[in-house]
Amino acid sequence: MSSFDQVDLSNRRAMPWNAVPRERPDQFRETVAGAVAAGWRIASLFGMPEGAGAGETSIVAILANDVRAQLGAVTTLVGDRYPAISRDCSQAEVFEREIAEQCGVTPEGHPGLTPLRRHPADHIAAARVAPPVSRDEYPFHRIEGDEVHQVAVGPVHAGIIEPGHFRFNAYGERVLSLEIALGYQHRGVERLLETADRTRAVLVAESIAGDTVIGHAGAFCGAIEALARSRKTPRAQSIRGIALELERLANHIGDLGAIAGDVAYAPAAAFFGRMRGECLNLLMTLSGNRYGRGLVRPGGVGFDLPPGMASEMVDRLERLRAELAPVSGLMFRSSSVQARLEGVGVVPREHCERLGFVGPAARACEVVRDVRHDHPYGIFRFVQIPVATAWAGDVFARALVRWLEVQRSIEFICRQARSLPIGDAMVPCGELAPNELAVAMEEGWRGEIVHVVVTDSVGNIRRHKVKDPSFHNWSALATAMTGNQISDFPLCNKSFNLSYAGHDL
Amino acid sequence: MLSAIAGLLLVMLVAPLLPGVAGRTKAILTGRRGPPLLQLYYDLARLFRKGVVYSTTTTWMFRLAPVVLAVSALLAACLIPLDGHAAIVGFAGDVIVFTYLLALGRFVLVLASLDTGSSFEGMGASREVTFASFTEVAFFFALIALSLATDSLSFAGMLGAPLVTAWPSAAPSIVMAAATLFVVLLAETSRVPFDDPATHLELTMIHEVMVLDHGGPDLALILYASALKLTLFASIVISVVVPRGMLNPFLALAVLAAGLLAVGIAIGIVESVMARLRLTRVPQVLVAAGALAAFGVILLLR
Repeated sequence: MSSFDQVDLSNRRAMPWNAVPRERPDQFRETVAGAVAAGWRIASLFGMPEGAGAGETSIVAILANDVRAQLGAVTTLVGDRYPAISRDCSQAEVFEREIAEQCGVTPEGHPGLTPLRRHPADHIAAARVAPPVSRDEYPFHRIEGDEVHQVAVGPVHAGIIEPGHFRFNAYGERVLSLEIALGYQHRGVERLLETADRTRAVLVAESIAGDTVIGHAGAFCGAIEALARSRKTPRAQSIRGIALELERLANHIGDLGAIAGDVAYAPAAAFFGRMRGECLNLLMTLSGNRYGRGLVRPGGVGFDLPPGMASEMVDRLERLRAELAPVSGLMFRSSSVQARLEGVGVVPREHCERLGFVGPAARACEVVRDVRHDHPYGIFRFVQIPVATAWAGDVFARALVRWLEVQRSIEFICRQARSLPIGDAMVPCGELAPNELAVAMEEGWRGEIVHVVVTDSVGNIRRHKVKDPSFHNWSALATAMTGNQISDFPLCNKSFNLSYAGHDL
Repeated sequence: MLSAIAGLLLVMLVAPLLPGVAGRTKAILTGRRGPPLLQLYYDLARLFRKGVVYSTTTTWMFRLAPVVLAVSALLAACLIPLDGHAAIVGFAGDVIVFTYLLALGRFVLVLASLDTGSSFEGMGASREVTFASFTEVAFFFALIALSLATDSLSFAGMLGAPLVTAWPSAAPSIVMAAATLFVVLLAETSRVPFDDPATHLELTMIHEVMVLDHGGPDLALILYASALKLTLFASIVISVVVPRGMLNPFLALAVLAAGLLAVGIAIGIVESVMARLRLTRVPQVLVAAGALAAFGVILLLR
């Protein structure tokens, strides 16, 4: 039996399911924990019920080595319990909470096995009975002591945002710990992706997180195309790249505005807010929808980018670039803004590496981690976008990384739109290969999105695992808040701007 | 006396306009259109027509607070010589009564917010009281400077005719006192950089979070009292910067009206050019403001 790192797997490639190394549960635990200790990262870890037999579940780990641009896979077959990986590997903690909830399998020795989304098990082996769940109970950690008090925020919030519950243990204004309880947005996305027919499934993928339509649709199509051995046309890959960067632009600019708004810096909040709209309008021009729905489809893109529209896009982006520079100068050079952003919500680099955070949150603590760079796919195999990093790990660093990425994305889109490859924007995708596993990663604006798809013996989808960057990064927010002022929470939260729906699936 | 009553009516009437002016200035400077100038009047009219909902946790304190707050602000308004000459009520030491009338309003509001048993409101109350203890010191230092400059212990002297004669000799101290008073104004009325009147984030609020549970006429009274308090502090700042003791009382009122507009615009400008302070920095800035006025006092003692 070969080792996990010798499988023929990389981003947007499929491999036979039978070729995934199969190990005993205790070996599996050691393999994954050992790989993480050796510098690999858990990109996805999930349970998949085995149809026949005595109610067994396969646990599959997809590991990523960012330095060697390599993916690894390993699996094990377990009954109703198995030795938890998270006993010596913190990265696995959230994943194993998810497995326990989805598959009704207990990871023994897990350090904090609290419910993740509080929904009935929906990937439990047929022969087994789902354990009961309570939607209203959650064992919050409680710190005892004189003058230590709990502050409960949510699930209904003051702004128009998604529902989530935050529980602070605070000593006066100082936060001792923050616990985040989510799950209010659970819609059963993975089950829907597995059961819906293929033309509908892409619509579900677009709705995983409303602000990451292109990102999730891109990862979904990447996995489907890998399984169908679909031809990828250069033109479609370019247009997908443009759309992905437009989405990044809109959200990063919006976030910069929201961060400015939270520190009551009115000019940047107002101008960035307007420019976010301009980016959404560009996506609207391209796809007919401000969030890019209907654009990315298996086999290519639903809408071509004609030359006239491409040059208009370049003009509008050049104008945007000229307008952005003074506003960002105003914001980043204003001493009152700097005083507010620096040193707040620091994520130490060790935490980032130990817990495997992704996206701008990781790059803000000098971790070079960007799927476009580490596991290049599509257009990014040919056009490199430099990875933007900062070193402080605080709110200022996260804002700065966003600003650097905004500039680089504008540069990228202008270059692509000026020299679009000729050819088809869409080719037929074809049928899915049976008994295969495909992994598609995408650098959405929040960070690494991973879709893992496993097909059954007739080429239907057996398991579709989705990992939104928020799944990793919510614990980064909890880390960042410890020891900070409770009044800085909204600012910290905004600097991550995580998705509730993407986490809750 | 007639002009004093006219002055009181003037500030009572224009008080809700001032936040509107500040908001509009901010909107224009940040390239937006912003809400109507008269928005607070509309809000008050709407709130006064509404009913109230009381949580079962609250007691009579919660219902009493808005009334006491509004009445204390109105009484405080009677103590300021708005026409530049005399207030409706004036006596030696009325400045102290003024300060503690406003403190009384704050005290009952804090009790009412603790009465709700909400962790948010308790947090807001703790912040409000902490920062008030710093603001009060700064305010008193500014008053001491004015009192020394005018050799008077009442508002009528400190803001009236004696101030006009004191200006040439004590200008530096008076300017320092005025600057301190403007900072106190921003802090006392929850404006940027101390608080953000536009935020919806209850965890960052100071004043606003204390009144989350109030609604209807109660909330209207609180909003009105805050606007009135803002107008009163603005009136004091104007009276110090533009002494009107030599003017005809009604002309002085016209100057006051123009000055209020100017202060509204100044608040809007401050709110458009800077971010708000980190909460832990607020006391430092207030102490610095107090120190500035204290320098003014020292200059007068030499």
